[in-house]
Amino acid sequence: MEALQARLKTPADLERYRAAIKAKQETITHRLSVCGGTGCAGGGSARIRDYLQDYLARRGLSARVALRFTGCLGLCERGPLVIVSPGEIFYQKVTAADAAEIVDQTVLKGELVERLLYTDPLNGEKYVSANEIPFLKKQSRFLLGDNWRLDPASIEDYLGLGGYAVLAGCLDGLNGAEIIARLKASRLRGRGGAGFPTGIKWAEGREAPGDQKYIICNADEGDPGAFMDRSLMEGNPHSVLEGLIIGGYAIGAGEGIVFVRAEYPTAVKNIRLAIARAEEVGLLGEDILGSGFDFRVSVSVGAGAFVSGETSALIRAVEGQVGEPRQKPPHLAQQGLWKKPTVVNNVETLANVPLILRLGTESYSGIGTASSKGTKIFSLVGKVNNTGLVEVPLGMTLREIIDDIGGGIKGGKRFKAVQTGGPSGGCLPASLLDLPTDYEALSEAGSMMGSGGMIVMDEETCMVDLARYFLAFLKEESCGACFSCREGIARMLEMVEAITRGESSPGQLELLEELAAVVKEASMCGLGQTASNPVLSTLRYFREEYLAHLVDRRCPAGVCRDLISFRIEAGICNGCGACRKSCPAGAVEGKKKEPHRIAAALCTRCGICLETCRYGAVLKE
Amino acid sequence: MQEGMIERSHPFRQNGISLISQLQQIQQEHGWLPEPELRRLSAATGEPLIEIYRVATFYKSFSLAPRGRHRVTACCGTACHVRGSAGVTREISKLLGVKPGGTSADGRYSLETVNCLGACALAPLVVVDGEYHGNITPAGTRKLLKKITGPEAGNGAAAER
Ligand SMILES: Cc1cc2nc3c(=O)[nH]c(=O)nc-3n(C[C@H](O)[C@H](O)[C@H](O)COP(=O)(O)O)c2cc1C
Ligand code: FES
Repeated sequence: MEALQARLKTPADLERYRAAIKAKQETITHRLSVCGGTGCAGGGSARIRDYLQDYLARRGLSARVALRFTGCLGLCERGPLVIVSPGEIFYQKVTAADAAEIVDQTVLKGELVERLLYTDPLNGEKYVSANEIPFLKKQSRFLLGDNWRLDPASIEDYLGLGGYAVLAGCLDGLNGAEIIARLKASRLRGRGGAGFPTGIKWAEGREAPGDQKYIICNADEGDPGAFMDRSLMEGNPHSVLEGLIIGGYAIGAGEGIVFVRAEYPTAVKNIRLAIARAEEVGLLGEDILGSGFDFRVSVSVGAGAFVSGETSALIRAVEGQVGEPRQKPPHLAQQGLWKKPTVVNNVETLANVPLILRLGTESYSGIGTASSKGTKIFSLVGKVNNTGLVEVPLGMTLREIIDDIGGGIKGGKRFKAVQTGGPSGGCLPASLLDLPTDYEALSEAGSMMGSGGMIVMDEETCMVDLARYFLAFLKEESCGACFSCREGIARMLEMVEAITRGESSPGQLELLEELAAVVKEASMCGLGQTASNPVLSTLRYFREEYLAHLVDRRCPAGVCRDLISFRIEAGICNGCGACRKSCPAGAVEGKKKEPHRIAAALCTRCGICLETCRYGAVLKE
Repeated sequence: MQEGMIERSHPFRQNGISLISQLQQIQQEHGWLPEPELRRLSAATGEPLIEIYRVATFYKSFSLAPRGRHRVTACCGTACHVRGSAGVTREISKLLGVKPGGTSADGRYSLETVNCLGACALAPLVVVDGEYHGNITPAGTRKLLKKITGPEAGNGAAAER
């Protein structure tokens, strides 16, 4: 793409530029999209890209075959992924060695590389097109769908797909109040956790007195086990930026800030690049597209603290202070960053804004349930066949997401629970699988929508251990300002730890519930107010499992180390010695070709013998 | 709110750069936050040293001690946890002789735990010197670490710092 000669000064300039980009794109015959999401990159997709690039150059194809390194394409389980278009041919588990063949067979001859096609684990069918694969077909990828169509480093790709047209339309024909009216009508609710209506939040920001205001994009994504925001920031940063600029215009802010966690270096890089490119072409800066609206965006990199994702804490972190929450009121719309009116929105919320304005409020609010509109991205992970990011209309049932899209439980095991809402959420049992993913329905069931984490668990996950896990996380992350949160979580953790060791007594469960209620009631910020949810929801739905630990001193899932033991079944063991050699504690004894034994006193219950034995002679009890 | 007591925002933005960014720069340069650097920062910005330490100890990404030449990072996010990351971390800790969050006395290894690396499909995940390894089991840890420990490494080869 030829560099733009001068900044775009009017909406007409933008359209001319877009037309030039599209004309240029017509000369491309094929596109190869290599997934650069974390899962695929972990599997070596950067090397695949390099090989492809090299090979295309050697075959003299670089001019007509476009190569993109994209954000997450969704089906991380089958990575590294490569999509060839036209045809949206979906290749999975690709290696660098396949690069030449993809070019020779598919690009040049139009033939498929059969072994790289996706075979569905459930019905055994082979699929060619990405759009046909059940995992993707059953989703509504409004926000994620463009990820494979664009290179996050290229503003031209985004413009080629119609990007920034909504912004131009807003600047040209709508005032802030009109934009806010549309958002209110769309009934968009915040995707960061609490589900507060975005239109109302923006209206408060707009109405707040003062001519210096800020809008902040919350890309702190602290939920451990969720990566929706990361994928948007990495894969389609301009969509988030466009939402942020529209937000700035609507509330009358002159400055936007993207607060992103340091653990996401690619997201930091891509959003910085997107900002720089938008500035270059004139979509950021002074007098954007001749509208008289000035807007700048900077990036603030977090230093790692879960609680800093809470809005008032986040503002302190942006200011460079210790990111602890403060008492509200005064609300941020009155006193936020540098004491000026400030609006904070989640990444996915902002990415919804251009979508809503493009689709129109009516079509948008046709998606979802009565109280929860639009789509939601979930990070579907854990013991499920198809792990990855799924974007579905709000209100889709948990069962549809886990079974139809996720392909059910891994290894033919039984579903036990699904955890939604991260550390603030709860665990829902099989009897609630038909619950719709709706803000209210999830809260009533004792969980939460949260930011979109969805962790699927099977019979080998211990619910008491999971409650312990979240308490340990929250104890570490509590800022310690409130007594109830600091001490309450620590004491709950001690109690649950005692249960996992089988050192507790029955009355403890009631005490735990009482303490959980106090922490909920008496804490200042969302962290403490929701910290009890993992404990309360597991106590509510999996009380027998707690009782098994308490009364029978038994961990039915076989997880809690103090309550399990390993044994070698003499009738099965053939004395091959594999477990003896692999045991790091030297706890297995026995002569070759004779049944082995485990010395209980030495055994650390790491389970390596069980994993190593090929004959099923090691038993966990 | 006690004005002026906790709302001491502007001093944190010396030269337009926040204290956090300045600490990040120091950490980038040295790999950790050496005390002389923090004292220098305090003198240069007028920010009390205790405030600097307050920020440095609050955030997880700052390290007040040098890290090992080989860095092993075990993900302990929820997805990794339900797929057995606790057992994996325990084995790595035993093999390297380093507690999570610690560095070996000879400065060879450090073991860190993090919450979600965003590759949950590959859970449990371990990063060795920047390279991602997925679906790690307790039994797989020894082979995984061979590259940095050498073939002869036993349990707890190096004593903890
Ligand atoms: C302890 C805690 C951590 C939070 N972490 C995040 C986060 O990482 N990302 C996020 O978008 N919201 C987070 N939130 C929610 C924010 O406080 C806030 O509701 C949200 O950013 C507002 O944006 P929204 O209205 O667009 O959802 C957190 C809240 C609490 C209490
Ligand atoms: S929980 Fe480990 S990568 Fe997400």
